[in-house]
Amino acid sequence: MSLVPKFMRPAPPRPTERDGAAPTPAQRAKANAAEGGAGLVGYLDERTGASPFLRGFLFRKVPKGTNWFYTLGSATMFAFVSQAVTGVFLAMYYEPDPTRAYTSAAHITNDVFLGELVRGMHRWGATVMIILIFLHMGRTFVFGAYKYPRELNWVIGVVLVVLTLMMGLTGYLLPFDQRSFWATVVGVNINASGPIMGPYLADFMRGGAEFGQSTLSRFYAMHMMLIPGLIGALIGAHLYLVSKLGTSAPPWLKAEKKSLKREEI
Amino acid sequence: MNRREKEEYLREYSILKSQGKPFFPYAVAKDGAMACVTMAVIILMAVLFGAELGPKADPTTTTYSPRPEWYFFFLFELLRVVKPPALVFVATIGIPTICLMLLLLLPFYDRNPERHPLKRPIAMIGAVATVAAMGYLTVLGALAGPPSQVDIYVAPEYERGAEVAASAGCLGCHRIGHNGNTLGPDLTNIGDRLGRDAIARTLVNPTAPMPSYEALRENDPEQFNQLVDFIASLRADNPHSEPEGDGSGH
Ligand code: HEC
Ligand code: HEM
Repeated sequence: MSLVPKFMRPAPPRPTERDGAAPTPAQRAKANAAEGGAGLVGYLDERTGASPFLRGFLFRKVPKGTNWFYTLGSATMFAFVSQAVTGVFLAMYYEPDPTRAYTSAAHITNDVFLGELVRGMHRWGATVMIILIFLHMGRTFVFGAYKYPRELNWVIGVVLVVLTLMMGLTGYLLPFDQRSFWATVVGVNINASGPIMGPYLADFMRGGAEFGQSTLSRFYAMHMMLIPGLIGALIGAHLYLVSKLGTSAPPWLKAEKKSLKREEI
Repeated sequence: MNRREKEEYLREYSILKSQGKPFFPYAVAKDGAMACVTMAVIILMAVLFGAELGPKADPTTTTYSPRPEWYFFFLFELLRVVKPPALVFVATIGIPTICLMLLLLLPFYDRNPERHPLKRPIAMIGAVATVAAMGYLTVLGALAGPPSQVDIYVAPEYERGAEVAASAGCLGCHRIGHNGNTLGPDLTNIGDRLGRDAIARTLVNPTAPMPSYEALRENDPEQFNQLVDFIASLRADNPHSEPEGDGSGH
């Protein structure tokens, strides 16, 4: 029995290909293997039916001409995952309380094993993610990848940019040093100067009319639950559309009409 | 795009796709390599630049340096360009909202079926202009310098006041001499327009976004008075504002 999990094996032959000649022994062995499960993987597959999905996802073709610029989206996602992982470790030590936030941030920086490295990674990871998301947006713009049929993926992308910037805004307050505190006060006051919604938005962010206890807890809840949850869900939708529609081909490639006939893998 | 153009695109795309390579392992390998580069850059930056932590936030003190993360510099810069207070919300909320809407709805008003960048001159010129404008504003914001230095000649009797002004971060929003931001009015010659009392009143009871310095008056009246004296001394007939030629400053 083959140890290769089912989704890694080629898809079973189409009926048209089976027509005529009887299967060779090799083909029969392959078909048999495809029936049985390969240990644990087979067990899981039999019960989840994940193979068709995984096969479709992994072995879908990416168009001719796909180049390094197409890695910017997944690199953005990787930066987000890195932020999530380092963020979880920071949350183990951080205390969102105005009297203790700064002390706990200092504790992470100075005492906790590798604490400064993890804080640094979270901090600079934010910068890297912002740069990558804008580069990815630039790539899809220059390649005209936001046009039919991928318009909705562009819209989701713009919402992701806004959410990522909001991560930057809400996270900046958390260490609660002078710089972060006063920069956030100004940021929220700027919001308050907006027409109609402005003052309400500012009150919502502050959790009241004044900066205080509830401001920090609000920023913390937004920074580690609300916004990352939204980002995660939207990345899911984004990737669903990418795998459903396929990534666009570089716009300077033209298909050669004569190769219209079906091809072998 | 009309129906014919859509169908043509889909046909063309399906050919190019069938001529491509499977996602696994070809694209996955590239993505993986890029993920390693990303990780390496993040760790390298963390090791090289660390994670600074300034002094503890203290809402009752006035040490104030409202400097955002670099990727918000362009927004802060936008604020300095727009001067009249009545128009501030245009800069803070209006322009960013309009830009965001234009970005969000891009696929719906850009209906040119052409995808090659060189065949979309208007879209590309618009994009390059936007990037250049944002880059320019970001660089200006980065060069504005830390808002914590009063960079003009100060008569000896006002030196203490100048120090208070510097540490209170007025320069985060005001220009004094060559230094400071222009979110609030220029204070270089403020003494000509406002008297000592008016300045003290502004400090205690300011208009947003300027923070109130009432706490300073309560906690340290002496410093508060030195600050007000210094600000009131900023007049055109004082030596500090004599023309200095190229503005290279002190
Ligand atoms: C968050 C930014 C900010 C900070 C920090 C700030 N100000 Fe202001 N200030 C402003 C703005 C904006 C105005 C204009 C308010 C208005 O439109 O009435 C202003 C107005 C003033 C005025 C009145 C000017 C006039 O022409 O009427 C004075 C005086 C002043 N500020 C002094 C100071 C001093 C002194 C400090 C430091 C102790 C300081 N400000 C700190 C934003 C700030
Ligand atoms: C959290 C942020 C984001 C993640 C994780 C992400 C991830 C991805 C991935 C993995 C792809 C596959 C192809 C590629 O990598 O180029 C993709 C495609 C795409 N993305 Fe994003 N993206 C993000 C943000 C954005 C933004 C901000 C935009 C634009 C406003 C955008 C628009 C698109 C479009 C239009 C495609 C289709 C490209 C094509 O088919 O060639 N995405 N995204």
